[in-house]
Amino acid sequence: MNTKVTLCGVELDNPIIPASGTFGYGREFAELYDINCLGTFSFKGTTREPRYGNPTPRIAETASGMLNAVGLQNPGVEAVIGAELPYLKTVFHKPVMANVSGFSVEEYTETCALLDKEEQVGWLEVNISCPNVHGGGLSFGADPALAAEVTAAVKAVTKKPVIMKLTPNVTDIVSVAKACADAGADGLSINTLMGMRIGLKTKKPILANTTGGLSGPAVFPVALRMVWQVYEAVDIPIVGMGGVTTPEDVIEMMLAGATAVGVGAANLTDPFASKKLVEGLPAAMGKFGISDLNDIIGGAH
Amino acid sequence: MKQGVYIIKKNAPLTTDVYELVLAGDTSACKAPGQFIDVKLPERFLRRPISVCDWDGESITVLYKLLGGGTELLSALPVGTALDVLTGLGNGYDLSVSGDRPLLVGGGVGIPPLYRLAKELISRGRRPAVLLGFNRKEDMFYVNRFEGLGAKVTVTTADGSFGIPGFVTDGLSAVGTYTYAYACGPTAMLRALDGAVTTSAQYSFEERMGCGFGACVGCTCRTKNGYKRVCKDGPVFRREEVLW
Repeated sequence: MNTKVTLCGVELDNPIIPASGTFGYGREFAELYDINCLGTFSFKGTTREPRYGNPTPRIAETASGMLNAVGLQNPGVEAVIGAELPYLKTVFHKPVMANVSGFSVEEYTETCALLDKEEQVGWLEVNISCPNVHGGGLSFGADPALAAEVTAAVKAVTKKPVIMKLTPNVTDIVSVAKACADAGADGLSINTLMGMRIGLKTKKPILANTTGGLSGPAVFPVALRMVWQVYEAVDIPIVGMGGVTTPEDVIEMMLAGATAVGVGAANLTDPFASKKLVEGLPAAMGKFGISDLNDIIGGAH
Repeated sequence: MKQGVYIIKKNAPLTTDVYELVLAGDTSACKAPGQFIDVKLPERFLRRPISVCDWDGESITVLYKLLGGGTELLSALPVGTALDVLTGLGNGYDLSVSGDRPLLVGGGVGIPPLYRLAKELISRGRRPAVLLGFNRKEDMFYVNRFEGLGAKVTVTTADGSFGIPGFVTDGLSAVGTYTYAYACGPTAMLRALDGAVTTSAQYSFEERMGCGFGACVGCTCRTKNGYKRVCKDGPVFRREEVLW
């Protein structure tokens, strides 16, 4: 039984990738289990400067999911390179996916250029989709021309594969996906859906930011549909994510066209969720007569 | 931190809206008073963080207040129900700095972690003074349990129906001198208390959490020592580092 897949030229032992923002820089989970069982993971969205992020409350519950409006809290790229990556090297012996956010093309390229020098970084995942930060990511991912501009600019400063993380909060994700692919993106992934909740006691939005990114099983069918549509339109690999909770969800995402599969909110409700997915995948493959995961990528088309 | 399956041994009301829940299972991750557990409920996506009131070799006791759909659902679960629970979360109180006569101040559903704290301080030969604030006489719980430990308990009620009328700050003059202060309660109570206490102190804070173990940074607060996660770096913070 083969669970190995190749993501943008880099082999993964399995397609399971804890998604950015649900796995920190690996510390909390490395205390709980050997994170080398993972395909890789995408570290916390990192910006050039340190960021506090949004005021609290940053979290709200929904039916079968959750909203987050963390607002890209992170220590800044220099602290990530100076403190987080040296620690990570001691507990994780595989290439890691570096998730990068920015508020200008220059910020994206400066941050990516710094991370390009880091040996352990296997891929740059460039978030042009974070729906939480005013005047930030949303505008890049909502416009095919701007998305292409960021893609080309980042590609020019790195030799590592570049995965553009798109926003699903657009009328036509396919046009943005195509623009990124045409501009040289090596892969694509897709972020959370924008949503909100209102507290009935306060009669005000629960999140201090008013809106936040919806994740968890609630979004799985929407995410699956977008992976399907993007797979039909581009020839670069897709990291499918959005509500993946079970090994069966992983298989479904791959059938829709995902080469690898991100796991987000599940890590927050069950700290061992990604490990359980890695362990449960072979049995699920056996149940559905799959001997090699590479055979099912886009298999439903 | 440990993840495990726990069986409800008791789930009964102490007042109209405060319940006592006893969960049988592995208690080895419980290390310090002031830590919390994170309970997965049926049909709910996020876990519910609840501070630990007490534990022994077989079970963990928590008290929770009915605040919404999740806690109402929890209150309806019968004895024998199995729950997925994360235990041993958060830092807890540091007892080593208490001095001989520490003051423990709790407001409403912030009171539970102080019970284990009082118990451990007394077992170390300390003489804690306990100051508990409630809204009304009918809301009172655990006062006799604290007294049963041998602690001197002072009660305030906001409506004046029992003890000293007013808030916990109105009860401070009645507790005498103290060597250190430990508190847990609503942020407004902690802030008011901070304006009145005369010693160093540790306060336990609450915040809406995503994961409860430091991964999502949903519960970040600003402190004098930088950004801290209430769930992982807290919930207990030293008075000297708190930014109000």
